[in-house]
Amino acid sequence: MAGAGTLLRKELLEQWRTLRLPLVSVVFLLVGLGSPLLTRFTPELLKAVAGDQLPIQLPPPTAADAVDQLAKNLNQFGALVAILLAMGSVATEKERGTAALILAKPVGRAGFLVAKLLAIGVTLAAGTAVALAGAWFYTLVLFEPLPITGFLVAGALDWLLLLSWASITFVGSTLTRSSVAAAGLGIVALIVIGALSAIPALAPWLPTGLGGPARAFALGIPGPTVVTPLVGTIVFIAAAGSFAWLSFRRQEL
Amino acid sequence: MASAVPAIVARGLTKRYGTILALDGLDLDVPTGSIFGLLGPNGAGKSTTIRILTGLAAASSGTATVAGIEVGLDRPDLHRRLGYLDQDPRFYGWMRGRELLELAGRLSGLGGSDLRDRVGDMLERTGLAAAAHRRIGGWSGGMRQRLGIAQALLHEPAIVFLDEPVSSLDPEGRRDLLELISRLRGETTVVLSTHVLSDVERVCDRVAILDRGRLVTEGPLEDLLERHARPILRLLPEPGQDRAVEILVERIRAVAWATSVTTDPGGLVKVAVRDAASASGSILPIVVETGVRLASFERARPTLEDVFLELVGPPTPDDLDGRGWIRPRETRS
Repeated sequence: MAGAGTLLRKELLEQWRTLRLPLVSVVFLLVGLGSPLLTRFTPELLKAVAGDQLPIQLPPPTAADAVDQLAKNLNQFGALVAILLAMGSVATEKERGTAALILAKPVGRAGFLVAKLLAIGVTLAAGTAVALAGAWFYTLVLFEPLPITGFLVAGALDWLLLLSWASITFVGSTLTRSSVAAAGLGIVALIVIGALSAIPALAPWLPTGLGGPARAFALGIPGPTVVTPLVGTIVFIAAAGSFAWLSFRRQEL
Repeated sequence: MASAVPAIVARGLTKRYGTILALDGLDLDVPTGSIFGLLGPNGAGKSTTIRILTGLAAASSGTATVAGIEVGLDRPDLHRRLGYLDQDPRFYGWMRGRELLELAGRLSGLGGSDLRDRVGDMLERTGLAAAAHRRIGGWSGGMRQRLGIAQALLHEPAIVFLDEPVSSLDPEGRRDLLELISRLRGETTVVLSTHVLSDVERVCDRVAILDRGRLVTEGPLEDLLERHARPILRLLPEPGQDRAVEILVERIRAVAWATSVTTDPGGLVKVAVRDAASASGSILPIVVETGVRLASFERARPTLEDVFLELVGPPTPDDLDGRGWIRPRETRS
């Protein structure tokens, strides 16, 4: 993978200069801070709006509800951000001609792709880290302290889930010259995998299967095994990366 | 240093895009250390040839080696030996000029003080030193083209492919670049694609002319002029004689010794002839008969443009597509 290290530095600089890294971090921080806040104050907000008209009595919110809210928000906003980050990564470079500039140098195409996927991974990791830090702090303030190590492991699992959405979008970006088409593939994958996760025999092997173990780690309680979804997700990401490379190595620029 | 082993060898290089035949069985030998001009009208197959030889496109059939390495997609070993400038060079707008050259150098295996020195030197030679710390997104087309040349030459490659390198340059930039290319003679093999014939005459020592994907001719510039250029007579009528000049042109076209007669917007009449000596004696009586007053009359040395027009000819309206490019040939295979 000749040139991969140099290209990774270039990709990271690009993530910073084009403000992707700072913006993603800000969005994720808002998600992280907002989740426990929303959990804590939703019953009071509903009560204030509906008053005595509220037909049900809401139970008092807990730290577990805050963790669930965070997971839900990360799955929605995080997945969207992952798709946005990956959709143009290769397609735009092919369309603009900058891929030809770089790949006329002694650079392997595998290195070109790996650098891009790693840079997306770094940006998502930074975002996930600030989201988790914000969520942990506000959960501590509003509810109770949660285990730091477990929260870190949960963050790593959330990151892997986001990386899987990015990697399937990355395949689309490699296959076409259109970032919109790439984003389409990412969204279709999101829907299809969501539907497949309803099949009990398949669900633990899918990236979405990471949600259960991540929740358990964050709350410090027993949960489903992490091994199966972890292996499944790593295979999923590796397969997406390999497919992207197999396609890209034969493409004309 | 010039060598007997060609820097580039292509045999039967063919490229099809669907039914379009962009390159048709190209055979080419480019001597090491030469400055090789690839000439042809738009759509002749020049860029396709360069893209295949640089490993950015794949040939439909045929083979080629560059610096002894077989060309193909995803070949870092090939790219280590060559430099490439696209006809429309694109860069990262967020990057600064110096950063782009440092990136290109690092990717080519340079580092440390060697990289710093070469980047500084190349920025000076291409006149970009003052802009080196500005973002490329704000640069003019000419500056980007010079940056493209700098990144192509930075690592001192054995072979450099320059696709239309002067198209965005002003006259001064054009002159500087041609001088830069001239200085590479004997040390680096340069393949220069252009349709600016005067530039080719100025720097190239060998020329290949392509037309609709086919090699029309190839050889040393002087040989081509010798082989293909007809002697030229140039007549410049005084202004305000349009009708008389039209009659003169018709009369010259009718005589057997004139192979072609062209006029340019400035009124210059160029007559390609089979035998300059006898034609010179015959043409003046026609001028006198038609009553055209001449500002000048000369026997000119044939130029590459004359060779080009002789071999390729001006396109007819049916030859051109909507962009003004020559239509490529179609194939059923």
